[in-house]
Amino acid sequence: MISVHLILFLAFGAVCVAGAISLLAQTHPINSALSLIAVMAALAGEYLLLGAEFVAAVQVIVYAGAIMVLFVFTIMLLNAGVEERTKGSRVAILFGVPGILLGSILMAWVVLRHSGTESVNIGVIPGQTAGWGDPGAIGQLLFHEFLLPFEITSVLILIAIMGAVVLAGKPAASRTSPSPQVAPGKKVS
Amino acid sequence: MVPLSYYLVLSGFLFACGVVAFLIKRNIITIFMSIELMLNGVNLSFVAFAAHWHALAGQVFVFFVMVVAAAEAAVGLAIIIAVYRTRETLNIDRVNLLKL
Repeated sequence: MISVHLILFLAFGAVCVAGAISLLAQTHPINSALSLIAVMAALAGEYLLLGAEFVAAVQVIVYAGAIMVLFVFTIMLLNAGVEERTKGSRVAILFGVPGILLGSILMAWVVLRHSGTESVNIGVIPGQTAGWGDPGAIGQLLFHEFLLPFEITSVLILIAIMGAVVLAGKPAASRTSPSPQVAPGKKVS
Repeated sequence: MVPLSYYLVLSGFLFACGVVAFLIKRNIITIFMSIELMLNGVNLSFVAFAAHWHALAGQVFVFFVMVVAAAEAAVGLAIIIAVYRTRETLNIDRVNLLKL
C-alpha cells in the first residue's frame, strides 16, 4: 500500500532530482542558481517529512534565503554571462559523467540491497509524550552538549565576516596609495 | 512509511550531481553552487539518520554544516569578486595562476 508519506517523498524527491539535473544542464549561472533554490526548497519538504521542522525552517531561511541571495547578488554584480565550453570541460564531461553515474548506481544498488525496506521511524518515541525534533529539544542539545562547538562557530563566523570584508573590499592598489589626510594649506600641529 | 534507503539514495544522487557539476562546469560561481549542492545532499542523509535512530545530534550537525556553508559562501564569493577584479573573467580555465 502506498502511503501519503511515500507519495510526498516521491514528489519532493522528483523536484530535487529535476533541480539537480537542471543545475547541471543550464549554462547560465542565474538559471543554475534558481534550480539550486528549487532543490533547497524541496529538501525543506523532505526535512518536514522526516519530522525535522526546525531544520526545514532554517533550511528555507538560511540556505534558500540568505546564502542563495548572496549567490544571486554576486552573479548580478559580476554580470556573469553564459559559460563557454573548453577542451578541459569536454574531457571532464566525457569521463566524469559516466564515472559518477556508474558510482551512484553502484552505491544505490548496495544501499537498496543491504538495508532492506526498513522504514524510518517518524513520530513520537514510545515512552515519550513530547514531539520529537522540536526546537526546544534541539536548543537543549545545542547549548549543553554542543556548547563549545557552538561558541567556536561564532568565532568562525566573525573571521569569515572579516575575511569577506578584506577580500572584497577596496583593491590593494587604492588601499596602499597615500591619501591626503589633511587638507593642503592646513598646518598639522 | 518511507524506507531509510530511499532517503540515502536521494542524498547520494544529489551528492553525485554536485560532483558532476563541480567537474564539468567552467564558471566559478556555478562550481561554488555545486559545492552547496553536495553539502545539501550530505545534510539530507544526516537528517534521515537522525530520524531513523532518534538521535537529535544529527540535526545539530546539520546546523553546523549550514553555518560552515554560510561562512564559506561569504568568503568564497569575496574571493570570486577579487579574482574577477584582477582577471576580468569567471572562466576557471583562464584562472590558472595564483599570481596576480
